[in-house]
Amino acid sequence: MASAAAILPATGHAREGRYENNAATRERPWVRALILTLALSFFVLFLLLPLVVVFHQALAKGWGTAAAAVTDPDALAAVRLTLLAAGIAVPLNLVFGVSAAWAIARFEFRGKQVLSTLIDLPFSVSPVIAGLIYVLIFGAQGWFGSWFIEHDIKIVFAVPGIVLATIFVTFPFVARELIPLMQAQGRDDEEAATVLGATGLQTFWRVTLPNIKWGLLYGTILCNARAMGEFGAVSVVSGHIRGETNTMPLHVEILYNEYNFAAAFAVASLLAMLALVTLALKSWVEWQANRVVTQKEAMVRK
Amino acid sequence: MSIQVAEISKTFAGVTVLDRVSLDFPTGQLVALLGPSGCGKTTLLRVIAGLETADAGRVILEGEDASSTHVRERQVGFVFQHYALFRHMTVFENVAFGLRVQPRKQRPKEPEIRRRVMRLLELVQMAWLADRFPQQLSGGQRQRIALARALAVEPRVLLLDEPFGALDAQVRKELRRWLRALHDDLHVTSIFVTHDQEEALEVADRVVLMNRGRVEQVGTPDEVYEHPASPFVYGFLGAANVFHGRVEGANVRVGGATLNHDGSNADHGAEVVAFVRPHELDIVTDLAAPNGLDATVRRVLAFGGSARVELDSVEAVKAGAEPIHYEVVLPRERAVALVQGQRVRLVPAPLRVFRNEAA
Amino acid sequence: MSAAVSFFNPTGQTRVLPGFGLSLGYTLVYLSLVVLIPLAAVFIQTASLTWGEFWAIVSAPRVVATYKLSFGAALLAAAINAVFGLMLAWSLVRYSFPGKKLVDALIDLPFALPTAVAGIALSALWAGNGWLGALLAPFGIKVAYTPLGVLVALIFIGVPFVVRTVQPVLEDLETELEEAAASLGAHRSQTFTRVLLPVLTPALLTGFALAFARAVGEYGSVIFIAGNIPMVSEIAPLIIITKLEQYDESGATAIAVVMLLFSFLMLLAINLLQAWSARRTGRNR
Repeated sequence: MASAAAILPATGHAREGRYENNAATRERPWVRALILTLALSFFVLFLLLPLVVVFHQALAKGWGTAAAAVTDPDALAAVRLTLLAAGIAVPLNLVFGVSAAWAIARFEFRGKQVLSTLIDLPFSVSPVIAGLIYVLIFGAQGWFGSWFIEHDIKIVFAVPGIVLATIFVTFPFVARELIPLMQAQGRDDEEAATVLGATGLQTFWRVTLPNIKWGLLYGTILCNARAMGEFGAVSVVSGHIRGETNTMPLHVEILYNEYNFAAAFAVASLLAMLALVTLALKSWVEWQANRVVTQKEAMVRK
Repeated sequence: MSIQVAEISKTFAGVTVLDRVSLDFPTGQLVALLGPSGCGKTTLLRVIAGLETADAGRVILEGEDASSTHVRERQVGFVFQHYALFRHMTVFENVAFGLRVQPRKQRPKEPEIRRRVMRLLELVQMAWLADRFPQQLSGGQRQRIALARALAVEPRVLLLDEPFGALDAQVRKELRRWLRALHDDLHVTSIFVTHDQEEALEVADRVVLMNRGRVEQVGTPDEVYEHPASPFVYGFLGAANVFHGRVEGANVRVGGATLNHDGSNADHGAEVVAFVRPHELDIVTDLAAPNGLDATVRRVLAFGGSARVELDSVEAVKAGAEPIHYEVVLPRERAVALVQGQRVRLVPAPLRVFRNEAA
Repeated sequence: MSAAVSFFNPTGQTRVLPGFGLSLGYTLVYLSLVVLIPLAAVFIQTASLTWGEFWAIVSAPRVVATYKLSFGAALLAAAINAVFGLMLAWSLVRYSFPGKKLVDALIDLPFALPTAVAGIALSALWAGNGWLGALLAPFGIKVAYTPLGVLVALIFIGVPFVVRTVQPVLEDLETELEEAAASLGAHRSQTFTRVLLPVLTPALLTGFALAFARAVGEYGSVIFIAGNIPMVSEIAPLIIITKLEQYDESGATAIAVVMLLFSFLMLLAINLLQAWSARRTGRNR
């Protein structure tokens, strides 16, 4: 309550220019100009230009070359494999994220903090190590390597390895978004539903899910972006067989290392567009979620 | 030190928050800015402090135009509703802040800082908490520290923005009395903003009533309570029974009833709104009593020494119009004799009348 | 909904909501299968080495050179990001300027852009004939295919970490704190160093640590621009891959262990920092 009052003072400040119109929170014009110039130069140099250069290079040899590069059979195979890996990894991690968030945000139990930290673990492991662990387990000299060879099943340097590595690196995304969200929302709504006689599933579908849908979507978008773009981990387990075990990022690498720059950037520009769509979706979800919160606050105030 | 504001206007996003406000705050007094939320009182306080810049008008401190002086050079102490204590500093360091940021030449030496801070902490009775952090204190304690911090720079004027607004009722009353006592010791010219009329009337030397960006009335608590200058002031300063009628000589004609008025603002034939406070109304069981109106008892709420009686107008019920309710405060022993549904007659003290601007 | 005392329920409280056993059980099984058991493989594999062998691998001069580069460049990149990230967050929260929404959205580009794409884009940009590389070439400064290139890639990767940890704290900061400081006579610079910076420091450090941890393990965006010259511009994750390609699994694993231990330390540090941050900004109350 205190914080809401602090954000919306009774004087009815417009939110925009809240700092710039206040003598106590305003910098001198030259300081402001200096900070803005430095910050925006940094932004242009390190974020904007790398993005622009992708599209510029992709079209360096004209639209025809770019179109040929992305419709090449090997490129299309890479697109299919990328979609497959993401198509398996994202739903699995989605189910896991909801389950973990339900356990952690709705119940008290011993070791909760440790569990929460362990879920974050894949974020702090180098992607190269994420690939390495699957080579150690399923590789020819690995724990189960000989068994798989006898049964003629290929995990590493084949599609299953790529899927496994993708699952590992995208493991925490959904859980990371949902746990704090559901903790902040508290369990009042679900308890009310239970008291009113709803079963567990009814409570989940009718009460929990509508409350967390934006967070869920947000986590899924980020999870998907990483799943489609992962490079280091899949690079270790892929074996780089063109048309078979190449994802889009790996295909970019091969083309680039063959000095086929225009083609490499053409495929890269597809991934860059995916990134832009991801960012647009993300901003939209944030905007939607904020709108819901603002509406609820307005209703409370009435 | 004296403060004057002259013709101050301020607009936020097309909404006029202050409309040509002019006021004098005499030296050494404690003045309350009182009004409903959104009336512009906090904005006026922030304009005086220099935290907000007025679109037009001047702020004059000690006879000098300070309108363009930056807040940090105005030497005003400001106390915020939510304390605004620095969380990462101890109580001591919070109070010392204003001294430590002074230019090196004016800055007191460390022992002097220590002496002055401890003296202030003793003044607000918080010396034993010097090494605590703000989070470890209660709301009332935090606000005392905030006050000590504001006083540390020896401000020429003390401005308090709803200083008790975030505290619970018990602590509010206690701090109110304490602030009054502190002011009697220090005599720093002080302005405090509040929306609580009881607080303003109890603490202040003078009360400024504001509504919709304008000053409605200025006066001592007695003056504004006993002689409200407008229907708004009358209604804002306490519970009121309202009558709509027409002046007929020494009386006001309200529907079929004839009531006395107090003679002020009463041109013959004028449409008026008339007010009387609940304790200025009497209930008589003699239904023929003159200068009164008919009502039925709806509810009697008798707690403690006095009782509140809620009544409905008989005339409005008969006419099938919107129900009109009255509220009367009576000594308990008289109120308990009344029963629900009983027909009675309401006899008010002379009504306070205002010309009805809407009519 | 049993109320029995168990390991996970030491007080034997009754749980009102359903699904505790199912959700926790599934979480633990999935976590173990996907993360814990595979990671354990690294340590078990290393156990097949003697201490002497292990030490010889992880302290070989070429390997030590990669640590120096990976950790040094990551540290420097995180520090640069802390400074400019703070300025970016400050500009986004406090100033209005054209294109602000776009800048805000693009801050997360390094999270969304595949690292391989970032890698080739950065090398195209900073190579001697690239837009930025060509500007520096006359001064004899080479960025691509030198350790400077590694730094540039790691700066790119770390931008969102600092901005996104500092931004919400800045947004939550009551303006009253600065108003109080100003009314007490503080200059803007004093208000910044004595009032704002202490409140922002935990978030700033958390962002720094996150950017640092990420940069140490980064692979995709670095290898294209680094040049990967042994002893000069070779990073630690790359040497793991090199050893794997030479079928030296034990060697690769030994270096992985060193990096994993470092990751665990960083994870611990970040958790402690976040707890501190929550306490200092009062967001946990």
